[in-house]
Amino acid sequence: MIELRQLSKQYGNIQAVVDLDLKIRRGEIFGLLGPNGAGKTTIVRVLTMLTRPSGGSASINGYEVNRDLRKVKKEIGVVPQHMNLDLELTARENLELHGRLHKMPRAQRQQRIQELLAYVELTERSNDLAGKYSGGMKRRLMIARALMHHPGVLFLDEPTAGLDPQARRKIWNLIRRMNSEGMTVLLTTHYIEEAEVLCHRVGIMDHGRLIALDTPAKFKKKVGEIVVEVLNHGNTKYRFFAGREQAAQYAGSLTENVVIREANLEDVFVELTGRKVGD
Amino acid sequence: MKIDFYTVFWREMIVLRRTFSKFFASRLVSPLLYLVAFGWGLGRSIQMNGGNYLEFIVPGIIALSAMNTSFNAVGINLNMSRLYHKTLDEYLIAPISPGAFMLGKVLAGTVRGLIASLIILALAFLFGAHLAVNGWFFLVVLLTCFLFSALGAVAAMVVNSHEDMANFSTFVILPMSFLCGTFFSTDRLPVVIGYIVDVLPLTHASCLLRALASGQGMMPLSLMVLVVYSIIFFAAGVAAALKVR
Repeated sequence: MIELRQLSKQYGNIQAVVDLDLKIRRGEIFGLLGPNGAGKTTIVRVLTMLTRPSGGSASINGYEVNRDLRKVKKEIGVVPQHMNLDLELTARENLELHGRLHKMPRAQRQQRIQELLAYVELTERSNDLAGKYSGGMKRRLMIARALMHHPGVLFLDEPTAGLDPQARRKIWNLIRRMNSEGMTVLLTTHYIEEAEVLCHRVGIMDHGRLIALDTPAKFKKKVGEIVVEVLNHGNTKYRFFAGREQAAQYAGSLTENVVIREANLEDVFVELTGRKVGD
Repeated sequence: MKIDFYTVFWREMIVLRRTFSKFFASRLVSPLLYLVAFGWGLGRSIQMNGGNYLEFIVPGIIALSAMNTSFNAVGINLNMSRLYHKTLDEYLIAPISPGAFMLGKVLAGTVRGLIASLIILALAFLFGAHLAVNGWFFLVVLLTCFLFSALGAVAAMVVNSHEDMANFSTFVILPMSFLCGTFFSTDRLPVVIGYIVDVLPLTHASCLLRALASGQGMMPLSLMVLVVYSIIFFAAGVAAALKVR
C-alpha cells in the first residue's frame, strides 16, 4: 500500500531522513516510533506531499507521491501533529469545507458529515465553533475531517499527544475500528504503550534511519521478555531474560534494590538506541 | 478551478458574516477620525485647487482604506494560517490548484476592502462632501482592493514571521499611506521623492479616484498601472504558493 524506496530528506545540513526503505501492507496499522527529531514527521510530510523528498521515491497504492499528486491526494487522509482545525468555523463547517475542497457532491457531503459526526461522537456539539472544543474533541474532529473523502490510507502524526487518558482511549478505539473496516493506518508516536497497544508492526527510527522493524511481540521476545531493573545510586541498569526463573535467579544474586517486570517496547527502544525516548 | 476558488472564497464569507459587526465597527473608526481631523478640524481653513479639503481627501482616504483593509485581510490571516495555525496545510493537502486557492483568498480580501471603501463613501456623504461617483470610480476601487489583497498574499507567503509581517507593513504600507497623494497632492513633494512616489500603486489609485470624483474623467495611464500591478502581484502570489512545498 505504501512504499518508500531509498527516501531521503535534507534540511540544510541536517539529514532528517536517510535512504529509507519501507513497505507498509494494505490493512495494516503501522507505527513509526522514535524520539523527537528522529524523522517521523518528515516521513509523514513527504508522504502527504507537504514536503518534497531530496532523494528516492515513495508511492501510495501504486501512485507516485511526487508525480500523481491528485490521485495520491484522493487516496490519503491526514491528521497532522499540529491542531490545524479552522477555529473560526463550526465542526460541521470544518467537515463541509473539507468535502467541498475534495469536490464531493452536495448530497453525498451532507450524508457523510452526519455519519462522521456520529462516528466520532460529536453530533450534539456539531454547531459549536471548533475553537470551543476540548483537546480530545478537536483531535476527534480532525480524524473525522481526514476521513471525509473516504481515503484508503490514514496518516496520524502523534494522534494522542497531550490528551488525557480517557480521550486517548477514545482515539485508540476509533483507530482500531477504522482499521477493522479496512483502513490502512500509518501512525507516528513516541508513546511506546500506544505503539504496543495499536500497531501490527512497528518501525523504530533514530537519527533519520530505520534501525529495527518487527511486531511488538517479536521485539519483546528478541530482547528478552522479563526485565530486571537494578537501582544503584540513582542509576538504573537493565538486564533482560527469556523467562522468570532466570530473572529471579539473577535478582537473588544481587544486594541492591531490584524490580522484576515484563518487558515493554520502551525497553526494546532503550536496548536498540542506547537511550530513553525523548533523551 | 471554477468551483475550487469558490470553496476558498465560501469559507472566508462564512467567517466574514459571522464577525461582520466587529469588522464593520473596526472599519468605521479610522476613516471617521481622518474625516473629523482633516475634513472638519484642519480642513476648514484649507482650500485645494479651488475645492474644499474634505472633497479633496475623501478619495485619498478611500484609496488608503482599501489598501489597508485588503492588505491586512489577506496578509495577516494567511501569514498566521501558514506559520501559526497551520490551517494552510488543509488546502495544500486538498486537490486544488495554487491559482484557485490564491484567487479565492484575494477575492475575499477584495470584498472586505470594498466594504471598507463603501463605509467611507457613506460617511463622506454624511459629512456633506460632493463627489461624482460613477461606474469607473467603483471599478478603480475594486481594482485597488484586488491589487493590495494580492500584495498581502505575496507578503504572507514570503515573510517568515509575524514580526516581519508587521515590519513589512511599517516599511511598505505605512509610508504609502501618507505620501501617495492621499492627504496632499504629490507635486508638493521634492522632485526625487516625487519620482519614487509616482511609481507606487497607491499614488495612481488615489489620484485616479480623485480625478473621477471631481468629474475630470478617466486617466488611462493610471488605470493601466493598477492593472499591471494587480497582474504582477497575483502572479507572484501564485508562484509563492507553488513554492511553499
